[in-house]
Amino acid sequence: MNFYNDNESLKFYLSHPVMDKIIKLKERNFVDCENDMMAPENVEDAIDSYDKVLEIVGDLTANVLEPNAESVDHEGPQVVNNEIVYAKGTQKNHEALRDAGLYGMSLPRKYNGLNFPYVPYVMAAEMVSRADAGFANIWGLQDCAETIYEFASDEIKDKYLPLINEGFTCSMALTEPDAGSDLQSVRLKATFDDEHNCWRLNGVKRFITNGDADIQLVLARSEEGTTDGRGLSYFLYDRRDNAVTVRRIENKLGIKGSPTAELVFNNAPALLIGERRMGLIKYVMSLMNGARLGVGAQSVGLAEAAYHEALNYAQQREQFGKAILNFPQVYEMIGLMRAKIDATRSLLYETTRFVDLYKAYDSISKERTLTAEERQDMKYSQRCADMMTPMLKLFASEYANQVAYDSIQVHGGSGFMKEYKCERHYRDARILNIYEGTSQLQVVAAIRFIGNGAYLKRVEEYEAMPLNEELLPLRQRINKMKESYLKIVETAEKFGTSSEAYDFLARRMVEAMGHLIMSHLLLQDVNRISEAQNFKTSEAQFMKSCKITIALGEAEIAKILTFVENFKEEDLSMYN
Amino acid sequence: MNNKYFQIVVLAKQVPDTHNVGKDAMKEDGTINRAALPAIFNPDDLKALEMALACKDALKDIMPVKVTIITMGPPRAAEIVRESMFRGADNGIVISDKRFAGSDTLATSYALSAAVKKLGHVDLVFTGRQAIDGDTAQVGPQVAEKLELPQITYAEELVSMTENEIIIKRRLDRGVETVKTTFPVLVTVHGNANDCRPRHAKRVIMYKNASTYSERQQSTDNSQQTLSTEALWEKRPFLKIEEWNADDINPDFSRLGMSGSPTKVKSIENVVLTSKENKTINNSESEINELMKELITAHII
Repeated sequence: MNFYNDNESLKFYLSHPVMDKIIKLKERNFVDCENDMMAPENVEDAIDSYDKVLEIVGDLTANVLEPNAESVDHEGPQVVNNEIVYAKGTQKNHEALRDAGLYGMSLPRKYNGLNFPYVPYVMAAEMVSRADAGFANIWGLQDCAETIYEFASDEIKDKYLPLINEGFTCSMALTEPDAGSDLQSVRLKATFDDEHNCWRLNGVKRFITNGDADIQLVLARSEEGTTDGRGLSYFLYDRRDNAVTVRRIENKLGIKGSPTAELVFNNAPALLIGERRMGLIKYVMSLMNGARLGVGAQSVGLAEAAYHEALNYAQQREQFGKAILNFPQVYEMIGLMRAKIDATRSLLYETTRFVDLYKAYDSISKERTLTAEERQDMKYSQRCADMMTPMLKLFASEYANQVAYDSIQVHGGSGFMKEYKCERHYRDARILNIYEGTSQLQVVAAIRFIGNGAYLKRVEEYEAMPLNEELLPLRQRINKMKESYLKIVETAEKFGTSSEAYDFLARRMVEAMGHLIMSHLLLQDVNRISEAQNFKTSEAQFMKSCKITIALGEAEIAKILTFVENFKEEDLSMYN
Repeated sequence: MNNKYFQIVVLAKQVPDTHNVGKDAMKEDGTINRAALPAIFNPDDLKALEMALACKDALKDIMPVKVTIITMGPPRAAEIVRESMFRGADNGIVISDKRFAGSDTLATSYALSAAVKKLGHVDLVFTGRQAIDGDTAQVGPQVAEKLELPQITYAEELVSMTENEIIIKRRLDRGVETVKTTFPVLVTVHGNANDCRPRHAKRVIMYKNASTYSERQQSTDNSQQTLSTEALWEKRPFLKIEEWNADDINPDFSRLGMSGSPTKVKSIENVVLTSKENKTINNSESEINELMKELITAHII
């Protein structure tokens, strides 16, 4: 088994035309290739390396992580002498990925990274999650290195970034007992210790994923007397300083292999990342978008796993003399699962490409001044990444839950038993639409791009993209969906965009837009795949998923339109 | 030991994947249809590679260690060398020549031993116990004899390794035996030994273009290579996979290939296994008991 080679979609997105631009920016037009043996010579060489490295990830995820997932789920981590000890399988997973040199995939080569763009890195995250969604957190938290790379001093970067490739794990300690979604009220105290010329952290953090990590990024109040986000700074705590104790770990519904810790900082020495007061308003916001992208990948990977379990079962299980896959009510579920995964995967890599573009420009801007054109392109990419990220997080996590739910349903009574993997997928999925910002908070983030027309502008760009003639009828259907979407928004806006009614209808507006975007993306994919030579086996599948996504979108948007048109402001009191 | 580094050699073979045999696996004349079967790294040899790399890990802080792969086969056997480099080997040599064709185990072990001799000083040689296309388990021991090396066969676990001695646990018919020896020595590795480590991301990126001269020649016909082979190897010598032909290993030519192979295949029987009847049992205690008895009587379990 190989989770890369058995999933042609990944190769398909790796070959997306925009990758050309991403790679040239990321590799600075291949200036390193003469002197650095690891540097690619051209786009083809770079993609060939991504492909070969992802094949290693596909091997390890399918043959090491996946077989360990069940025992990890049963055993879980433990607290021993105020420290976290991973489940045996978790430790083995970590060592396997470390020994294959895979950590730090997206970091620059000078920090022992592979300098890969985000697209292949996110593909790796997706495969890790398909094998073990809980482990995807430990893998995904290497993203903290990205924050260090973007904002920390050279001294901190030189010291800590090379450790990622050696397998140093990371965590981000944000949440406290009284500061969850509302991080402005973080209280953990940071004071400057003049005698030792370092910061000191005192206080408690709660619900910290991989809390006992080697490198911990901690949000703390550095400005005495402040009460809001502007008094918070971001710090790096090095576990080797031994000044944090793990008070307990949570007993969770799912992702049991991923330890969730309550931490006590006892005068812990820490390094300031970037500038004071910028902790929440700049650095955590940036980190948070990365984490949401990570949950998008985690969701798609988990859904892929749940889908395969359901499909295999439906093919093998016979009732009334035939495989249950042949019954319409069963194959409808399977087809919908496939379409939801394909739609959110397309959105995942669309989002990731925008992230790649703006991050590459951002990195270049540290070396030289960007041209006006480049600056404009960077701003555009960043805005697109900012608006696609909450949409991705919302849909991918909700769809992963639906897919995991249906996977149990396909299994029938057997699915309710512990023997089948679908019950683990179902439990693991449940956190996806909660952490790194609940679905409700994604709506809050996304609604402003409904209000300012940014999504609509992107939809108009999709509409203008070239398309084979035989696909035009499908585009016309999406255009009709847009007409309904416009009516939905127009109706909601009549209540005033700062009204409670508008907030009440926000999720419906965002979801309607999501259906539009995913329909367009899959249609573009179908268009490209039909012209490509190498993806003949997936062509029919993409077409099916595209048509299902459009049919589902049409029905959902019609439903939303009916609801919004019938809605009156006084209805709010029925719910409240 | 006079050399500057500790030299480990792994003898490895590319074999048809006999675990995935389709209907075209055998030709009319009863020989293997190599074209129809994917070529893979012989599984025991991959375990031998792992043990070699584990030995390197054990010594690398004390002294320089070099792990060299030697493989004999058609030019495409260079894939075995690259695969080994991806996983940690330092370099490799492909022994390829039409004059090796038709070699049985005696001729093969002669050619391999000549190649190892040509390499010069060697401290430790690893081979897999046997190859899945022949299952003879003869080549390793025969190479040891020809090189006049002591041999440890059926190695299952590397217990310890220092610059002066190696301790190995070997599999016997009924149990295990732990043995200790000094160098040089040849070790054949059993299928129970540790799985080989995976490819390493950086090694894959670095060595993916490693090739033999004949591979480069073939690909110049149809692709756009920016550098000549010589220029590339001058710049990045680690991308060169050595290729030796029969002349290079200074052999007694009568001991190579067909003429060096006393094994004669008398006849080949084409056995077609068919199941003529099947039997359905239900999940009751009594029927399962009956089945168990039947299987035990037939020595199937």
